[in-house]
Amino acid sequence: MGEAIVVTSGKGGVGKTTTSANIGTALALQGKRVCLVDTDIGLRNLDVVMGLENRIIYDLVDVIEGRCKIHQALVKDKRFDDHLYLLPAAQTSDKTAVQPEQMRKLVNELKQDYDYIVIDCPAGIEQGYKNAVAGADKAIVVTTPEVSAVRDADRIIGLLEKEENVESPKLVINRIRTHMMKNGDMLDVDEITTHLSIDLIGIVADDDEVIKASNHGEPIALNPNSKASIAYRNIARRILGESVPLQQLDNDNKGVFSKIKKFFGVR
Amino acid sequence: MKKSQNVTIKGTKDGLTLHLDDTCSYDELKKELDRKLSNSTRVQEEQQLLSVKVKVGNRYLTKAQEEELKDLIRQKRNLIVEDLETNVITRQEAERLRQETEIVPVAKVIRSGQVLEITGDLLLIGDVNPGGTVKATGNIFIMGALKGVAHAGTEGNNEAVIAASVMKPSQLRISDCINRAPDHVPEDDNRVMECAYISDNQQIVVDRLQVLMKKRPSLTRFEGGL
Repeated sequence: MGEAIVVTSGKGGVGKTTTSANIGTALALQGKRVCLVDTDIGLRNLDVVMGLENRIIYDLVDVIEGRCKIHQALVKDKRFDDHLYLLPAAQTSDKTAVQPEQMRKLVNELKQDYDYIVIDCPAGIEQGYKNAVAGADKAIVVTTPEVSAVRDADRIIGLLEKEENVESPKLVINRIRTHMMKNGDMLDVDEITTHLSIDLIGIVADDDEVIKASNHGEPIALNPNSKASIAYRNIARRILGESVPLQQLDNDNKGVFSKIKKFFGVR
Repeated sequence: MKKSQNVTIKGTKDGLTLHLDDTCSYDELKKELDRKLSNSTRVQEEQQLLSVKVKVGNRYLTKAQEEELKDLIRQKRNLIVEDLETNVITRQEAERLRQETEIVPVAKVIRSGQVLEITGDLLLIGDVNPGGTVKATGNIFIMGALKGVAHAGTEGNNEAVIAASVMKPSQLRISDCINRAPDHVPEDDNRVMECAYISDNQQIVVDRLQVLMKKRPSLTRFEGGL
């Protein structure tokens, strides 16, 4: 019996889809059987980020309305032989095509076959959000170090606390710009965590590579050299129960010389 | 043995008091009151208005009956009912009274979009985040940071106060007064252990917590628990 994790944020554009894709990828890399579910009906993106758009035959609404079986709609990601699947959202219907009760049933069915179901939630707090949360056991709230994103995250945490089936949500702070945080131009990690008062499960630095990789349909988590990739892999390990220290945000491209200086305590 | 009279008038140094017996029937009482007040011509001779207190003992009066008795007494030209005192209240009234004076502890973070409404005093163990609202008919005490909106004395209690460990509200309301945060707050401004109350010129004032013991001594309650 698997576990369903919903990735949500309230505000749009903070990186829900990217986070879902990368957490799913990282979990699959750890050898888990993962199914990604895109609930953003009408504005599907997750398939594009995963590079699976061309292989979609059926979608979520087809499954709900009984036009096909679940396994027919699931798109297999060949890069992970049999570890990663995607259930794409419909592009032609809208969010009202699905009811929370139907989603719960669908997710419960998927939980029989997979270790982790990662549900990508649409922005907002209306029907689409309700559908996404309906079947979830755990929740990950994504925010960026901006006041407006944190405000919406606060709102969504309040709503998630009302859901009986969802455990207390975990926080991912995305798109951290180290230099701005250092100058105090951006909210810092501590400030955000104390404000939202939920557990932090990961921080991801702002990285151009993430956008580049998304555009190529390859989740950044596949690239072992990127900082953001490590961050997502760490989140996946924490989901699996490992305790991994938070990534150092300081720039580590200063080279050996500065490391030696640091070692001798020279500033 | 029949009691001689159901209505007695007593003069004290505070004024007149009407004692109404609580064992006779209401109609009987009304009749006798009417008779008695019409008889006492002595009172009517004085020109100035006389205020009387009415004590009805262990009798329960409905609102309508209360009004009826007051009217009856008021008709006697220079008598005005100042206060009507009864030893009995209904369960609902008692419950309401208990709630109004009770301190309600809540351990929770009030997040954006959430509203917490309390009858009585609120003791919040947690924060009020921006966009969140707490309301209480009495006082509000917040052990965490107040960054949202707090409204004390919602039913018109001007004596109500708001106290918080960290006072950075977006808006403060006490009774009908509203006070909002300045548009630009210096970053390093640490507002710890502060309180808000309505000052003599009907403005909400934010001050150190310690001034409350002078401004609102009634906050201290020494009633032993049961």
